[in-house]
Amino acid sequence: MASVTIRDVRKSYGSAEILHGVSVPIEDGEFVILVGPSGCGKSTLLRMVAGLEHITSGEIAIDGRVVNDVPPKERDIAMVFQNYALYPHMTVRQNMGFSLMLQKAPKAEIEERVKKAAGILDLTHLLDRYPRQLSGGQRQRVAMGRAIVRDPQVFLFDEPLSNLDAKLRVAMRAEIKELHQRLETTIVYVTHDQVEAMTMADKIVVMHDGIIEQIGAPLELYDNPANLFVASFIGSPAMNLIDGRIKANGSASFETAGGESLALAKAPAASDGRPVVYGIRPEHLRLDDAGFAAEVVVVEPMGSETHVMARLKGGGEIVAALRERRAFKPGETLRLSPDRDLVHLFDKETRFRL
Amino acid sequence: MNAAAEVALKPAPRRSRGARLLENRNVLSALFLLPSAAILLVFLTYPLGLGVWLGFTDTRIGRPGIFIGLENYEILWHDHVFWLSVFNTILYTVAASVLKFALGLWLALILNEKLPFKAFFRAIVLLPWVVPTVLSAIAFWWIYDAQFSIISYSLIKLGIIDTPINFLGDPTLARASVIAANVWRGIPFVAITLLAGLQTISPSLYEAATLDGAGSWQRFRHVTLPMLTPIIAVVMTFSVLFTFTDFQLIYVLTRGGPVNATHLMATLSFQRAIPGGHLGEGAAIAVAMIPFLLAAILFSYFGMQRRRWQQGGRD
Ligand SMILES: Nc1ncnc2c1ncn2[C@@H]1O[C@H](COP(=O)(O)OP(=O)(O)OP(=O)(O)O)[C@@H](O)[C@H]1O
Ligand SMILES: [Mg+2]
Repeated sequence: MASVTIRDVRKSYGSAEILHGVSVPIEDGEFVILVGPSGCGKSTLLRMVAGLEHITSGEIAIDGRVVNDVPPKERDIAMVFQNYALYPHMTVRQNMGFSLMLQKAPKAEIEERVKKAAGILDLTHLLDRYPRQLSGGQRQRVAMGRAIVRDPQVFLFDEPLSNLDAKLRVAMRAEIKELHQRLETTIVYVTHDQVEAMTMADKIVVMHDGIIEQIGAPLELYDNPANLFVASFIGSPAMNLIDGRIKANGSASFETAGGESLALAKAPAASDGRPVVYGIRPEHLRLDDAGFAAEVVVVEPMGSETHVMARLKGGGEIVAALRERRAFKPGETLRLSPDRDLVHLFDKETRFRL
Repeated sequence: MNAAAEVALKPAPRRSRGARLLENRNVLSALFLLPSAAILLVFLTYPLGLGVWLGFTDTRIGRPGIFIGLENYEILWHDHVFWLSVFNTILYTVAASVLKFALGLWLALILNEKLPFKAFFRAIVLLPWVVPTVLSAIAFWWIYDAQFSIISYSLIKLGIIDTPINFLGDPTLARASVIAANVWRGIPFVAITLLAGLQTISPSLYEAATLDGAGSWQRFRHVTLPMLTPIIAVVMTFSVLFTFTDFQLIYVLTRGGPVNATHLMATLSFQRAIPGGHLGEGAAIAVAMIPFLLAAILFSYFGMQRRRWQQGGRD
């Protein structure tokens, strides 16, 4: 177990810089998830921690030791690749014992450690199969087993669940989380699926175009997104973002571009007329006869709640997650009211939270 | 009973016998195989059969022979030149194949690395293979010439030797020389095929092995080599077959000399049959190559059998 410190790390391929100074402190035993849209540099950052990619500038330290020039095999980390990278010519047993075999560990010890890891991952009956003879989920577990057997300082996962079907993904999510609670090893995990990030992480790092947008606990990001990007990225369905300006004469309110007026709990100081983006999560809208009017466009019943996409009077669309069990019909006019205390305001220029 | 169940219970309409036969996989595949089987029969089996038959006769050029049973083979059994050619062929095949494999693999590994002008080097490597054999054999003939050899010339200029080397005149040197020429010609095939095989190995396997603590030798030993074995088996089978039946290089360079030191079974067979006129005996020598070739093919067949890890599905 070890801490990992990433300090102002940059990465360039030729003249193109794709990581622009990234710093992430990771504590011992923490489960950290790097999340962000495709191409934002998550894998690159992870591979730099693993030592598979040269660090252009900045510093990465594992357990206090700067490892910029330490070869991968001496970093004591294990990585689970997106495509699993199992050795096709080795059985599950050989795959899992490969690193120990290279370390020339005694046969009995290898066997024992492989058995133990296989037990944890429910792979015992598959030990003599070849990767070809396994299902996607089983391969994924073997890849994890290969990492566990080594008992490394840090686990690195690069989108390990992206090849699995939805149901298996949910199951594996729980398994990985349980595994972390059991082993208490530091984990750095990459995904572009914000649900995965929210459900598993101790700490989420939101990345975008080679920079870090925000670092925080899952609920912290949900409750207090630092900027528009995080606001729109975290949460499902995504937060509604409406352009408009603040009206602060007397009582504070927000006026949409279409002229609709929404009450605010309080306006930021000296902000009358300031152009802002108004953010409200779908789950923080409720039916209310005193609310604003919106015409239903699309209805998506999810079972526990219903997602209603509706058009505002002055243009613009809004999604509401409603718990009422009633039939919403396209064309029907609803009256919705936001939970005033849970409204987020963002500066239109800087895109930061006000 | 609902409508769907009723439909399902109705017997399928009877179709004609011919139509059903056509749907049978075996019948259909036999039908598709027929044309190629016929071609094989006419163009491969007939000459082969004729060769085998000639081996049992005393046919000479210009005189049809009669069946003489195993007499040709008896003669060969007591013919030390024939046995010398068998020895030469095996030596030639084994030495050249081992060298081609080792050098070809080495070259493939180098070409698989990131290096500048990669495409250029790959093209260069293919050159010996593109040049017609006879042409390259003639080039080697000059290189090995007793008086004008470029190698002797260079070594003399460097002061390492003072008389030209008699490459093709000394039995041992001649053997080494023809093997070297064959290796030069055969390397591209091995190197390029193995390179293609190397490129199918996923880079993430190497990365996984690196993280598992494997050094470069261990990555080669535990990832590259096992992943490459199926292709190695195919390439080396072909290489062995080509080498064993080689004719052109020897015929241009030494014609089997000096004192039969480089006579291969193929060249000896030709020598006896055409210039020597003993068609029957030549054919018998050629037929004697068959068991060796069969052995090589069987060996690689069992070596090449899909390994268990390559098989799909479950056990
Ligand atoms: N070898 C390379 N040469 C040049 N550019 C590269 C190279 N590898 C990656 N990139 C670029 O770096 C950026 C980040 O790539 P990276 O693989 O880290 O993205 P990612 O966040 O993991 O995306 P995804 O979610 O799709 O896996 C991409 O824009 C990519 O085009
Ligand atoms: Mg990636």
